Amino acid sequence: MSKNSTAVPFNGTSAQKEELLKVIAEKKNDKGALMPVLQKAQDIYGYLPIEVQKIISDEMNIPLEKIYGVVTFYSQFSLNPKGKYKISVCLGTACYVKGSGDIYNKLQEKLGIESGGCTPDGKFSLEACRCIGACGLAPLLTVNDEVYGRLTVDDVDSILAKYAE
Amino acid sequence: MKTLEELKVIREAMQGEVALRSHGDASSKYERHVLVCGGTGCTSSGSSKIIEALETELKNKGLTEKVQIVKTGCFGLCALGPIMIVYPEGSFYSMVKHEDIPKIVEEHLICGNPVKELLYDETVSGDEIKALQDTAFYKKQHRVALRNCGVINPENIEEYIGENGYQALAKVLTEMTPDEVIQTILDSGLRGRGGGGFPTGVKWKLARNIVKDADQKYVCCNADEGDPGAFMDRSVLEGDPHVVLEAMAIAGYAIGATQGYIYVRAEYPIAVQRLEIAIKQAREYGLLGKNIFGTDFSFDIGLRLGAGAFVCGEETALMTSIEGNRGEPRPRPPFPAEKGLFQKPTILNNVETYANIPQIILNGADWFASMGTEKSKGTKVFALGGKIHNTGLVEVPMGTTLRTVIEEIGGGIPNGKKFKAAQTGGPSGGCIPAEHMDIPIDYDNLISIGSMMGSGGLIVMDEDNCMVDIAKFFLEFTVDESCGKCTPCRIGTKRMYEMLDKITRGQGTLEDIDKLEELCYYIKQNSLCGLGQTAPNPVLSTLRYFRDEYIAHVVDKKCPAGVCKHLLSFEIDTEKCKGCTMCARVCPAGAISGSVKQPHIINKDKCLKCGACIEKCKFGAITKK
Repeated sequence: MSKNSTAVPFNGTSAQKEELLKVIAEKKNDKGALMPVLQKAQDIYGYLPIEVQKIISDEMNIPLEKIYGVVTFYSQFSLNPKGKYKISVCLGTACYVKGSGDIYNKLQEKLGIESGGCTPDGKFSLEACRCIGACGLAPLLTVNDEVYGRLTVDDVDSILAKYAE
Repeated sequence: MKTLEELKVIREAMQGEVALRSHGDASSKYERHVLVCGGTGCTSSGSSKIIEALETELKNKGLTEKVQIVKTGCFGLCALGPIMIVYPEGSFYSMVKHEDIPKIVEEHLICGNPVKELLYDETVSGDEIKALQDTAFYKKQHRVALRNCGVINPENIEEYIGENGYQALAKVLTEMTPDEVIQTILDSGLRGRGGGGFPTGVKWKLARNIVKDADQKYVCCNADEGDPGAFMDRSVLEGDPHVVLEAMAIAGYAIGATQGYIYVRAEYPIAVQRLEIAIKQAREYGLLGKNIFGTDFSFDIGLRLGAGAFVCGEETALMTSIEGNRGEPRPRPPFPAEKGLFQKPTILNNVETYANIPQIILNGADWFASMGTEKSKGTKVFALGGKIHNTGLVEVPMGTTLRTVIEEIGGGIPNGKKFKAAQTGGPSGGCIPAEHMDIPIDYDNLISIGSMMGSGGLIVMDEDNCMVDIAKFFLEFTVDESCGKCTPCRIGTKRMYEMLDKITRGQGTLEDIDKLEELCYYIKQNSLCGLGQTAPNPVLSTLRYFRDEYIAHVVDKKCPAGVCKHLLSFEIDTEKCKGCTMCARVCPAGAISGSVKQPHIINKDKCLKCGACIEKCKFGAITKK
């Protein structure tokens, strides 16, 4: 799960900032509020660039290095923006023994990106995930919220084609 | 609602409704109930479209007053999803398509004739339709933790109450002292279902007694089901969320806590949503909050989402994460019962453990202890996955053999392949070979054969799976998920992964195998938490039972299962090859040559071992060895 920071400039809007400040004000006094705040912040911005971490640091009075430490610890937090279509290939055990590794390799090859990466046009991002728990459909992948199950390597092209235009 | 009498009124009103789904002589407002699975598996295969189609069709035919649609949790037989059951007949429709709905509505719901060709074929024999309980998949199961999954609507608290929900909480608050509750759990012999198997009652007793006059204690629920391939906790949360809330309140009463937290994986959106609904409803009905049933006892529950870190399934790491930190484990002692969440006495139990509690309170410790083996009581839920016909969730009494679970309930291995191993316990567990198929499954037996119960993932592997590759797969997982706090785990697992990688590339030596084994023991003994202490298990168990496969990789430079790419060599059988040129055209490396109608050959130096030629060859002339 790549944690390299991105070259994409930060484009946060004031509406987003306002929403974030509201979330922080709501949760600030809860015990252990940092994780829920970060989760909401990622919902708002789609990722957690350093600029967003700074806002949280200032408002919650938590050192930036601690926030950065938490963000980089958990695989669901991302320092990079995600693609318009987020592809996750399940590499849980049930999917793996049924060949999801080959599907994942084929996608890396087709899209020319590695795990955690995003295509230059911002269209597709690719990641491996650990078991979404629909093992009856193994092997499977998801594109945003759409689930594709009982796959073979040959299905990769037709799935990508669906999102091509 | 605030009082016991009001609970009783709701229960009696709802009992007629839910009873239609177990025995037909109920006093339901509806003639029929159509249950559609709304678990993750069936939702992924399109059950929400089925519900939409049903709603439209019922409306068109004017049946909305006669037929009730109930979106339930998981029925267990995920391989056949989406699943739909019609009561009172109990007709089990499998792999339902939304195009089938008009036919089912017309023939079954209006004319009363189940559509045989759409039923699960095991339930149909000639003219007769068998009850679901008589099929091979369900016959040997015994549902305690999963009793309401696939039976009630998890988003309706009154259906849970109709199944005696919150009765156990009422009983402990009005008839039992906290010590009696703890004694009941101790006597039942219930052990933690999250993997370790620590006696639940002992945990509760410690938390009750170890710190005198604590101003605050906490009850936590571990719903961070991280073992890939295990999804029983998710199914309980999706299918019966109130059972967890009720059990946590009981635990709160027993140890003297007023606040609970559920730490749930963010990868389970449906479970999170159902928990949010359940907590809201329980508060509205006064079953969470201040002075429950008018007693002095107050208890509330908060939800915390994980963010994708396997180590947070470890108890101290989970608590550190709820506190808003990097989820790194803490050294023990002090144990959580003394200093846990926010440094206060805390108990942490797993979802499936909690799902057993209300039944133990209502039916008694003896009832629970009558199931299972000498040291492992009750039942266990397993998530069957991998190379097996009936993928899904099964709950069997402890002591059932692996053979029963895999061959009878699971329906065996597809495509006539041979069983090689069953993996239990996820990245902390091991692989069980065919020779141990008849050992009764319980905590202690699994440990004695080098695996562990874990949370209950059970992945079946056949002859096409390479055991060295599987060990490497798990180590890759552990390297990725090691939190980095302690050196043996952080660096040790990485070195192990490198050695395994070397072996799968055909560059390993016999000495590497010895070094690997030695390193396993160092890491086991010296790691800080359960993640590191158990990380070598997949390697140790495959070394124990499948050492010949390691040796084949190292000495013969062969992968017997034909998985490890670097050790494969592709060859064309000159007798079978017709010279159609398909393979040469598809080869991305231009490694295949030959003229039309003449046998082709593969240049091994150029071959990338991608397998494209095998897929294209119509004559089965290309083999990998």
